[in-house]
Amino acid sequence: MALKIVKGSIDRMFDKNLQDLVRGIRNHKEDEAKYISTCIDEIKQELKQDNIAVKANAVCKLTYLQMLGYDVSWAAFNIVEVMSSSKFTYKRIGYLAASQCFHEGTDVIMLTTNQIRKDLSSPNQYDTGVALTGLSCFVTPDLARDLANDIMTLMSHTKPFIRKKAVLIMYKVFLKYPESLRPAFPRLKEKLEDPDPGVQSAAVNVICELARRNPKNYLSLAPLFFKLMTSSTNNWVLIKIIKLFGALTPLEPRLGKKLIEPLTNLIHRFLSSVIAVLISLSSGMPNHSASIQLCVQKLRILIEDSDQNLKYLGLLAMSKILKTHPKSVQSHKDLILQCLDDKDESIRLRALDLLYGMVSKKNLMEIVKKLMVHVDKAEGTTYRDELLTKIIDICSQSNYQYITNFEWYISILVELTRLEGTRHGHLIASQMLDVAIRVKAIRGFAVLQMATLLDNAHMLTGNTQRNGICEVLYAAAWICGEFSDHLEDPLQTLEAMLRPKVATLPGHIQAVYIQNAAKLFATVLRAQEGVPDSQKAQETSQLLIDRLPLFVQSANLEVQERASCVLQLVKYIQKLQQKEVAVAEEVSALFAGELNPVAPKAQKKVPIPEGLDLDAWINEPPSESESEDEKPRAVFSQEEPRHTRPRHTEVDEKELARRREARKQEQANNPFYIKASPSSQKVYPEVPGVEHIPVVQIDLSVPLKVPGMPMSDQYLKMEEERRQKEKEEKKKKEKKKKKEKRGRGRKHESGPESEEDITPAHTVDIVTEEMPENALPSDDDDKDPNDPHKALDIDLDKPLADSEKLPVRTHRPTDILKSPVEGAELESVSQEPKKKSKKDKKEKKKDKERKCELNLYLKPPDYGFMHLYIPTASGTTLSPLQSFAHSDKITKHLCFCLLQKFSKHKKKKQKKEKEDKKKKKRHHRHHSDEGGDESVQNGTVEEEEPLPVSIQSTTLALLSVQVYDIQGNLQDGSQVVVSVIFENKSTSFLKSMEFNVLDSLNSKLQRPDGAGPHDGLSVPFQLPPGVSNEARFVFSVQSIVMPQKLKGTLTFIVKSEESSTHEKLDFKLHFTCTSYLITTPCYSDAYAKLLESGDLKSSSVRLEGVSMSFHHLLARICFHHHFSVVERIDSCASLYSRSIQGHHVCLLVKTADQTVSIDAKCDEPSLLGNVLDEIKQTFSMC
Amino acid sequence: MIKAILIFNNHGKPRLIRFYQYFAEDMQQQIIRETFHLVSKRDDNVCNFLEGGSLIGGSDYKLIYRHYATLYFVFCVDSSESELGILDLIQVFVETLDKCFENVCELDLIFHMDKVHYILQEVVMGGMVLETNMNEIVAQVELQNRMEKSEFVFISRM
Repeated sequence: MALKIVKGSIDRMFDKNLQDLVRGIRNHKEDEAKYISTCIDEIKQELKQDNIAVKANAVCKLTYLQMLGYDVSWAAFNIVEVMSSSKFTYKRIGYLAASQCFHEGTDVIMLTTNQIRKDLSSPNQYDTGVALTGLSCFVTPDLARDLANDIMTLMSHTKPFIRKKAVLIMYKVFLKYPESLRPAFPRLKEKLEDPDPGVQSAAVNVICELARRNPKNYLSLAPLFFKLMTSSTNNWVLIKIIKLFGALTPLEPRLGKKLIEPLTNLIHRFLSSVIAVLISLSSGMPNHSASIQLCVQKLRILIEDSDQNLKYLGLLAMSKILKTHPKSVQSHKDLILQCLDDKDESIRLRALDLLYGMVSKKNLMEIVKKLMVHVDKAEGTTYRDELLTKIIDICSQSNYQYITNFEWYISILVELTRLEGTRHGHLIASQMLDVAIRVKAIRGFAVLQMATLLDNAHMLTGNTQRNGICEVLYAAAWICGEFSDHLEDPLQTLEAMLRPKVATLPGHIQAVYIQNAAKLFATVLRAQEGVPDSQKAQETSQLLIDRLPLFVQSANLEVQERASCVLQLVKYIQKLQQKEVAVAEEVSALFAGELNPVAPKAQKKVPIPEGLDLDAWINEPPSESESEDEKPRAVFSQEEPRHTRPRHTEVDEKELARRREARKQEQANNPFYIKASPSSQKVYPEVPGVEHIPVVQIDLSVPLKVPGMPMSDQYLKMEEERRQKEKEEKKKKEKKKKKEKRGRGRKHESGPESEEDITPAHTVDIVTEEMPENALPSDDDDKDPNDPHKALDIDLDKPLADSEKLPVRTHRPTDILKSPVEGAELESVSQEPKKKSKKDKKEKKKDKERKCELNLYLKPPDYGFMHLYIPTASGTTLSPLQSFAHSDKITKHLCFCLLQKFSKHKKKKQKKEKEDKKKKKRHHRHHSDEGGDESVQNGTVEEEEPLPVSIQSTTLALLSVQVYDIQGNLQDGSQVVVSVIFENKSTSFLKSMEFNVLDSLNSKLQRPDGAGPHDGLSVPFQLPPGVSNEARFVFSVQSIVMPQKLKGTLTFIVKSEESSTHEKLDFKLHFTCTSYLITTPCYSDAYAKLLESGDLKSSSVRLEGVSMSFHHLLARICFHHHFSVVERIDSCASLYSRSIQGHHVCLLVKTADQTVSIDAKCDEPSLLGNVLDEIKQTFSMC
Repeated sequence: MIKAILIFNNHGKPRLIRFYQYFAEDMQQQIIRETFHLVSKRDDNVCNFLEGGSLIGGSDYKLIYRHYATLYFVFCVDSSESELGILDLIQVFVETLDKCFENVCELDLIFHMDKVHYILQEVVMGGMVLETNMNEIVAQVELQNRMEKSEFVFISRM
């Protein structure tokens, strides 16, 4: 053994260490790669040795090689070995290597869990520190889950060195394992007041990162941060806190006012804070114009500063202010424009960004003109491209809001085509297309401009690279073809489009050329056929027949196909022409019809029709014997129709790839299959051979300006003149007005020209893009579903439930497996024998009595009250004595109340309380003989009319249970969340509450994994006397078209000082169809489309004798049945709602003489029927 | 959050790279090349902030860098970090290096990449700023080095 060690250390002396490696690489500059590969071989040998020192040295060298770009993941296992060394020196090397090259996909990470846990609890703080640092770089969801509890313990470590690292790493843990946030948050909050500044700063850091994404959950921390801000001297902490307030103030305007004083104090203290302060102020205070003015003034000073960094930050802050206070920034336009001349690109880009927000109808032309000057001056292509995109962005923003003259815009676009070497040809092209298609009034002008462009195409074809400027020819050709009616000389354009030089353009552009040449041909024919001289028409045909063969030979399949198609067509037409047959009509019919723009997201918004399952196989999947076992299971498990939007599963792609592979194999083995060979490539060369194309001499005398092109400046001048004229006219008019009304006109005149004064040069009809019929109104398209911070949007103020505790791993695996539910079950079993006799008695009692039944009625939620039949209620077979004894000892009164979520509003609460009082009085009268301190609670939130109350009780309320919210889960159309508030009204302690529901085929209570279908859910809290708490239960519902009732029981233990008893209550949960509806706003046009679509079944209902006002009636339907009013005209209104599974429900409500007729449409007739029944019931109850 | 810390010399040779988000090795090299290309063409008298690196992040990210003699120190950060704060941090980091290596120069970084990493680990952890107080950083680094030395003596005695 000793010998081995000695041998190992002798070996080591001959090994290269890191310094030797670096030196070696520096000495082998010529054959570096070769040298490194021999080094890697050496390292591989070293890693095979048993000596940990040798291994560590090897891993250290690998870390260096990783920096140079070598993949070292093959050594991952050796890295883990070095990490687990007991020596700090080696451990550190191991963790460093791991942090550099481990990631979520590294499989050996699984092996590290126990090692890391051991290191975290090491008595040596530096072992712990190294483990924390390493872990922060490669934490995975599994590691986070397994180690969260250990790290949380470290947050209270005695050494601040460990505490601050543990606090900081928690953020990474939260990201990977969001469930840990709530349990860990109290301790994190505690660390904000840690005596060590480093720990404090770490805690601030973590909370700021958390709050940045979900600020509203952290509002309650504002006072604490306020205190920190006024007391802390750490610059870093201050900046973070101020940034945090920047995120919080928009949510709580009062904060802004409070902040002004401490912030102004800070301005005097630190320079770096100044910027942060200004930035946060700007985003923070909505209505503090004085301080905003001050800010902008200060920023101006910064921007004028010679320090480039301050200038940059000033502009950055300015852009933040711009978002909230555009007016106050716009006055500094001169300064911003000046910054465009700065030598520093970062600053120029910032200034450009600002300009984007500063444009108005008034100054757009002027600003763009300045930008065009910069475009000409700009040296680097990157900056010039940036300018170009910015110009287009500025002009096209918010649906061309600021453009008053589209002729000007077209000429700007045309001028931009002169840019050499730009990569944004495609962008310009799409703008041209967009404007020409959507602004009908401009088409004539646009077509003329495009024709000029086509005519001068040789100017643009110099750059044929992808996305180069030649892309605009694509747009030009299409516009000229599609709107050829506007052309002055279509024949000339046709000729231009068929020049041989066109063949040098990229394939997709040539294809458009040919297609549109055909369109032009149709137009030309129509014009020429009226003329007696038929020779001309034939000449045109001949032109096409002469020119098209060039394209038929094109290498591009698309071009080839279209060209030969058109060629054959023209040949046929020529034949007909020779027979003097009029063909123009028929040829133009080929291209009749208008193409409308379609919104970019339209395809995504088309709802998938009922019953269509895109994932289902059309035919039985082919059985392939060779890869049977690797066939993905998912394909089969999704056979049941899914209502959620199907995803394009990877499976299909894999499948395709596999088949493709198989086919290739087959083809390769098939001697009859003609493979792609060099000989066939000769016929269709992939790249058009440049040398075969006749070179057209470019006339170099042509000026660098496209001839005949109107300069955009002209328009600027014209526009100014026009505005001047308009102004004068207006003044004249106002003078006239003034003569009529003296006092009022004055204010108007003195003010500067306002936005509204500028009228567009010609009225422009911007065609909106089309959306599919019955597109789903949703705005959440832009949200990234993969954002890890979405999972961290967690309410942190709610009390912590037992079930949320972090999993603690113990040594015995049996303990780990046991879920809390099972534990609860054990407990209840042990209690059962004791109470069996009592239970039996009760059971018998129940048989005699009417079944004890609680009806948890989830009808229109606020009507939903429950029918409650308690064994001790009057009218039961209980003897008075028994019932007396019963009520004396443990009285149970469960009252399920249904409160609409709106009832949380104060007003209604007050009303409700009033009503409750009223009812109490009534009950008192009713049951005056029974006396006693009764407390009846019912859930009728109905505002005017009291509902028939079916709760009869002589007993003291023990436990009040309110179902206060039933919410369909919009994300998951099969989930309904029932929120229940349990309130202990007795003087005893209630515990071990267990909520259980007998599942039906359709509806199931969601239980934790591993629990059986009959296990109850333990309510995750106990109730001391007078305390209430809320629990949520998730039900999965398959079909929502029918109302459902679920039977259930609530068991609980009542523990008083002398005894404890096990109690049980049966109840019924009633889900109405209304509770599956979710109030969804709908625009009238979408609504109309929905109705027109014809997919909806209709049904109607009449209500007689409704005496309430129409307004009241609508409010009632909306409120109780979750509808929203789409449109209302007199005594007729249309309403809309959506079910959690996406069914549309449309109502048309009309009223006349106390009769209300409701015509309804829905894509699911039985759902509609039930909803209507429920509406009817609502009105029959009043 | 800090997404990456890159140190390279005037010729774009990496001297230390530390990514806080996973990128494959070839991507890392591409990012270094792009960053070097962006940073190196800038004069010394322009501002220290740079937007438009296309490979990391997107619009929310910017590069904050300082140029010392032959080395560029580049931090890629998102908008939650204060620009001047990071500039300050780079200064703290470099001063710490200076203390630990006594008149630090490029050669120190070349031959002791591992030590530079250990120092950086006490400044930034997992992309978040751990400590900004230079004395504290130096103290912790020295304590750890001392521990390593004591172990080394122990090992070599064996």
